[in-house]
Amino acid sequence: MPTKIIKVDYLARVEGEGALYIKTKGKEVEAVELKIFEPPRFFEAFLRGRSYEEAPDITARICGICPVAYQMSAVHAMEQALGISLDPEIRKLRRLLYCGEWIESHVLHIYMLHAPDFLGVSSAMELAKTHKAEVERGLRMKKIGNRIVSLVGGREIHPINVRVGGFYQIPKQRDLEALLPELEWARQASKQTAQWAAGFTFPDFESEYEFVCLSHPNEYPFNEGQITSSHGLSIPAADFEKHFEEQHVAHSNALHCVRKGGGAYFTGPMARFAMNFEKLSDDVRAEAKKIGVGPDCRNPFRSILIRSLEVMHAYEEAMRIIRSRPNPSEAAPKITPKAGWGAAATEAPRGLLYHHYKLGDSGLIEEAKIVPPTSQNQKRIEQDLRQFVTKNIAADDEKLTWQCEQAIRNYDPCISCATHFLKVKWDREEPT
Amino acid sequence: MNPSTKPKLAVWKFASCDGCQLSILDCEDELLAIADRIEIANFPEASRQVMDGPYDLSLVEGSVTTEHDRKRLLEVRKQSRFLVTIGACATAGGIQALRNFSDVKEFTSVVYARPEYISTLETSTPISDHIPVDFELRGCPINKEQLLEVIQAFLIGRKPNIAPHSVCVECKLSGKVCVMVAEGTPCLGPVTHAGCGALCPGYARGCYGCFGPMNSAQPKSLAQQWKRLGKSDAEIFRVFHTFNANAEPFRSMEKADAD
Repeated sequence: MPTKIIKVDYLARVEGEGALYIKTKGKEVEAVELKIFEPPRFFEAFLRGRSYEEAPDITARICGICPVAYQMSAVHAMEQALGISLDPEIRKLRRLLYCGEWIESHVLHIYMLHAPDFLGVSSAMELAKTHKAEVERGLRMKKIGNRIVSLVGGREIHPINVRVGGFYQIPKQRDLEALLPELEWARQASKQTAQWAAGFTFPDFESEYEFVCLSHPNEYPFNEGQITSSHGLSIPAADFEKHFEEQHVAHSNALHCVRKGGGAYFTGPMARFAMNFEKLSDDVRAEAKKIGVGPDCRNPFRSILIRSLEVMHAYEEAMRIIRSRPNPSEAAPKITPKAGWGAAATEAPRGLLYHHYKLGDSGLIEEAKIVPPTSQNQKRIEQDLRQFVTKNIAADDEKLTWQCEQAIRNYDPCISCATHFLKVKWDREEPT
Repeated sequence: MNPSTKPKLAVWKFASCDGCQLSILDCEDELLAIADRIEIANFPEASRQVMDGPYDLSLVEGSVTTEHDRKRLLEVRKQSRFLVTIGACATAGGIQALRNFSDVKEFTSVVYARPEYISTLETSTPISDHIPVDFELRGCPINKEQLLEVIQAFLIGRKPNIAPHSVCVECKLSGKVCVMVAEGTPCLGPVTHAGCGALCPGYARGCYGCFGPMNSAQPKSLAQQWKRLGKSDAEIFRVFHTFNANAEPFRSMEKADAD
């Protein structure tokens, strides 16, 4: 029997470079390998010998899409290492900055990376030819996220205003308040987004996932909380490495992170939504009910709906924070460097981001470890693909290839981060 | 065959964080107008559709860190009428060029459990070390208004209007108070290439060099000023060895240069 090979050389609309190799024999899937060929950049190696103060500026450069996430995990881990307690007003402004990044990254994914798949077009630019009003709505929604990051962080990509202990300069209340009318427009637009996306046709696919995310007693998680799993784990961030480990596989420049003694798990919007649903506002939960998605959602293709709801939450939260008039007593406390060890995890738009640092006496980094969300999801993506291809093996190659790409985009993978993705290559062998 | 008469744009990625190409998608007000006038022919981060070359303008992000990428770059040049590098990785090697001052094998063993699976060059180098480049746009990340200016200039056949002076000049032009003179905050503004709009001094922070060295920068004299403001040799060395560490004259700064 002949071997059948289907090949897509570079996965589009993901951040970074990767490839997919799938080998089928008859009705059996023999191999699924998500290959990350994004070249290694060795952040954990060259962070050694740098000052604790430099970590937020340097680690931001791991990812141009979610630099705030890197900065947040870095500063929280450093504050743990140095024993700095955080002014609650600074914490509010950090949440506001994180809202900006969630908005920017999620709206980018919803309108420019994910929606084109459901509407059968190759890009948002092409989508604009038939759905101009929707694409314009998305661009305007995205822009307000960037305005928040620019105002609080100094610029959209690689913000300059984040430092260990706080900020360099506190944004002026009147500048924050000027954002409110546009945020109110965007909150309404996020409802329209959710309703628009709810009209898409989703592949019939569900899986059993172990969800892992931060959980906080009374907030939808951004910067703080216990690392919890749907299988009963609840640990402080400092214990992450006791329960999770990174494995190095031959086909990828990214490390696979798994539960020790367990296996693949799922981090990101669907996990947060399932585990923290009751912490969303009445309005967001009502909207969820209206579009038919709840904490029991196990279809990753429907994650576009959950992203729309998380964006709605981020607009609401940003308005709540601005109206509470955050007023830190100082931009940042004076810090005396000392030896220490600290770890932190925060919720990047695409999932849990863990950092730990060991500092020497003068505050220089002796050891750094960074576990980005995409390396945590990578093994789970491969399992989704295996299950999806097994179920849809009779589909024609072109359709199945596109749907496999979609199954990967469901996770909003950020391959630039994971290197610390994508060619799709099919290898179909008929049974002999 | 390209049925369109619009100029064709390609965006290429080498070792990088994707932030500079994201700047294109961050042009929320201009993106649809750009797509009206330009054929976005090859931009995998934004589109599944890839049109064949040649391309009228290629924007190249990222540095060269693998043998495979070095060869791919030669092909990109052949396919491109104009080729512009965008960002500190493409113009200077980026932060990953810190390996150029270290042992890459040791770096690999720190990050990866199975170093034998990793294929990488000893160095991270700018695009212009490998192929002729028509224009270099600086920044970590680039400034999106400058990117729009560069795209426009190349597509209508004129020189981009990008100021070559220092952040210090930008700072004075924008009327900010000098953080180094007034507050004693060490600042790289006098030796750093303009482009950010003197962002950091506006946030009560000294410039830390995202746009790399300006032409004829004198980092050694600036280092003496930093020393007078209380910075140690090691701190001064590190600030020059960050996002543009491989770019001269930052590259040649030694640990004792401030003495």
